[in-house]
Amino acid sequence: MSKLRPPHRGLPALAPFLWLAAFFLFPFVLVAKLSLSDIALAMPPYAPRLDLSKGLDGVSTFLHGLDFDAYRHMVEDGVYAAAYLSSLKFAAIGTGILLLVGYPMAYGMARYPPKVRQALLMMVVLPFWTSFLIRIYAWIAILKPEGLLNAALGWLGLPPVALMDNDPSVIIGLVYAYLPFMVLPLYSVLERQDESLLEAASDLGCTQFEAFWRVTFPLSLPGIAAGALLCFIPMVGEFVIPDLLGGSSTLMLGKTIWTEFFANRDWPAASAVAIILLATLIAPILIYQRQQAKLLDAQ
Amino acid sequence: MTTSNRLNIGAVRCTFAPWEDPVAKPLIRFEGVVKRFGDDVAVNGVSLDIYEKEFFALLGPSGCGKTTLMRMLAGFETPNEGRITLEGEDILAKPAHKRPVNMMFQSYALFPHLNVEQNIAFGLKHLPKDERTDRVLEMLALVRLEGLARRKPDQLSGGQRQRVALARAIAPRPRLLLLDEPLAALDKKLRDETQFELVALQERLGMTFMVVTHDQEEAMVMSTRVAVMDKGQIVQVGRPSEVYETPNSRYVADFIGEVNLFEAKVTSANGVTMTLAGENCPAGYAVLEDDLLAPGVNVTLAVRPEKIQVSQDRPPAGANGMAGKVADIGYLGDWTTYLVTVPGGMTVRAARANSARIVERPIDWDDEVWLTFSPDAAVVLTS
Repeated sequence: MSKLRPPHRGLPALAPFLWLAAFFLFPFVLVAKLSLSDIALAMPPYAPRLDLSKGLDGVSTFLHGLDFDAYRHMVEDGVYAAAYLSSLKFAAIGTGILLLVGYPMAYGMARYPPKVRQALLMMVVLPFWTSFLIRIYAWIAILKPEGLLNAALGWLGLPPVALMDNDPSVIIGLVYAYLPFMVLPLYSVLERQDESLLEAASDLGCTQFEAFWRVTFPLSLPGIAAGALLCFIPMVGEFVIPDLLGGSSTLMLGKTIWTEFFANRDWPAASAVAIILLATLIAPILIYQRQQAKLLDAQ
Repeated sequence: MTTSNRLNIGAVRCTFAPWEDPVAKPLIRFEGVVKRFGDDVAVNGVSLDIYEKEFFALLGPSGCGKTTLMRMLAGFETPNEGRITLEGEDILAKPAHKRPVNMMFQSYALFPHLNVEQNIAFGLKHLPKDERTDRVLEMLALVRLEGLARRKPDQLSGGQRQRVALARAIAPRPRLLLLDEPLAALDKKLRDETQFELVALQERLGMTFMVVTHDQEEAMVMSTRVAVMDKGQIVQVGRPSEVYETPNSRYVADFIGEVNLFEAKVTSANGVTMTLAGENCPAGYAVLEDDLLAPGVNVTLAVRPEKIQVSQDRPPAGANGMAGKVADIGYLGDWTTYLVTVPGGMTVRAARANSARIVERPIDWDDEVWLTFSPDAAVVLTS
C-alpha cells in the first residue's frame, strides 16, 4: 500500500542527507579506499596516494594502484576468518543470554503498576550515568582472581572461579553492558499489550502459562527481534569489553582491527576487516530497520 | 409484581417464561453476591436467577456494577460474599479457564497476531483436528464471514470484527454466553440490524445469553428479561414491557425511556379507580388502582410522553386534563415531541406519532393546548 508523504522542501529536508554524507559516506569512502591500498613504509603507511597536482594522470595512476591485496591476504590467512567466526559466536551467545535474562526482567517490569514501572525503567537506564569504561573496570575488580566475587565465594567456603581474562568474562561483560538495550524494546512491546487479550485467552480455556505462550509471547516477537538485533549488531564489533575483560586468546574483530591498525601499522588490512564487518552486518541492520518500521506501523 | 389480572401489560405476547414456572430450575443463580473494591461497593447483595435459553439483559448507568457482576460470572473477579451457581454447582471454585462460560468483550479483544480462522479456533484446542476444522467452518457460516477466514483483525471493518468476536465466543459452545456492551462500537444503522440478528442467532443456537448494556433500547429489543441496576443493586427485573409499563420506582421509570412524574396525594379510592390531587392538575387525577392506597398517601404519577395526548380542544370534564402552553417542539420525522408548560411551572413532555402526512390544524409554539391521559396510562409510584 502506498502512503502519502509530506513534500520535502528546503534545507531542513536535506539536513539528514548532508549529515549522512559528512559523517558516514565520506569516512566510509576513505576506509574503502584504504582497504584497497597496499601497506608501505611511509607516512601515512599506505600506497598509492592521490596526487591531484598531476591532474587526470594522477587520478589514473592512483586508480591503477588500488587492488584487493588486503582482502586476498585476509582470505589466505586463517586468523581473520577465525576472528570473524569467533566474533559472531560471542555476539550470538551474548544475545541468547540477554534474551533469557532480559525477557523475564521486561515481563516483570510491565506487570507492575505504572508508577513503579517508571522507577524500574529509571533503574535500568541508571548505569548510563556512569562512564562505560569505569563500569567495565569495576567488573575487573569483581572478577579478577583476588576480586570481590572470589572473596565472597571464599567466605561462603566455595572454591574460587577463574572468570577473568577468558571467554566467559567477555560474555559477562557483554551481557552486563547490553542488558538495557535488550530490556527496553522488550519492555515497550510488553507494556503496550492489551490486558483484555489475556482475559480472553483465559476465558477461552487457557491456563496462565498457555496464555503466555499463545498470546503474550507471539505478540512480543517484534520486541525480541528489535532487542536481539540492537544487541547483536554492535556486539560483533565490540572492542572495549574483550580488550579489558578478555584474555590473550580471545578473538574478536574489534581487537583484530585495533591490532592491525596500531600494532602492525597495517592500515589496509584493518580497513578491509572493517569493511567486511560492515558488509556482513548490513543484512541484520536492514532487518532491524524493517522491524522498527513495522513496530511504528502497529502503533 | 404489581401486574393486575385485569390488564395485559405491553404490546408483546410471549409464551417463553420459565421464571414464572415454580418447578423450573435456574441455569445461573446469584445468592447475596457482594463485591467490594477497597471502600467501594460495586455489587451490593445481588440475588438473581437466570434460566436456560434466556436472553437476559443487565441494564444500568456506568458504574452501577453490571460489568462487575458479569466479570464475576466469567471468573475475572471473585465476590467477597455470596454464591454463584451454574446448574446448582458452585462455579466460584473453578478458575476462569475451566468455566463453561464464554465472553464477548466490549473491545472484542481479538488476537491481532491470528487470522479470523485462528481466532475462532482459539478456544477449541481440546477438540480433535477434524472436528475443530468443521466447527470453525460452521461458525464462519453462522456469522457470514466465509470469505474472510484468512484476514487479520486489522484488515476487518468494525462490524466484521464484532462478528469474529461473537463467533469466537460461541465456538466452544458455552452453557452461557456473556456479551459486554456488544453493540456499543457499531454505528446506529448497523446496531439496529445487529440487535435482531443477535436475537435470531440466540434462538437458533438455543444458547443462554446474558448481555450487559447501558443502552435501554438495546436491552428492550433483545432481551427476554431485563434487570435494571443502580448502585450495585438490582432495582427491578422483568420483561422489557413490564419494566417499561409498570416500573416499580421513580429510578426505573426515569431510567427506561422518557417519563413525566407528577407529585400527587390520594384523595379517595374505591377499589377500581382512585382520585388524586396535585398542583399540576387543578381538577384532580383519576387513575386505575393497582395497589390499595389509603387517602392522604403521597405518590408520584409516572406517565410516558406517548400516552399523553395534545389537543387544542378542551377535554370533557372528569378527564385527566391539564391546560398548558407549548414551550418547544421537536420534530423527529416519525414522532413529534411537545414540551408543554403546565400550572405549577412544570414542563410536560408529550409525544405524538406522525401517522398522517397532512395535519389540518398543526400545533405551534406558544399555542394554548390541553394535555390528557387516560386513567390506565399512569403508573402510581410510592417509592
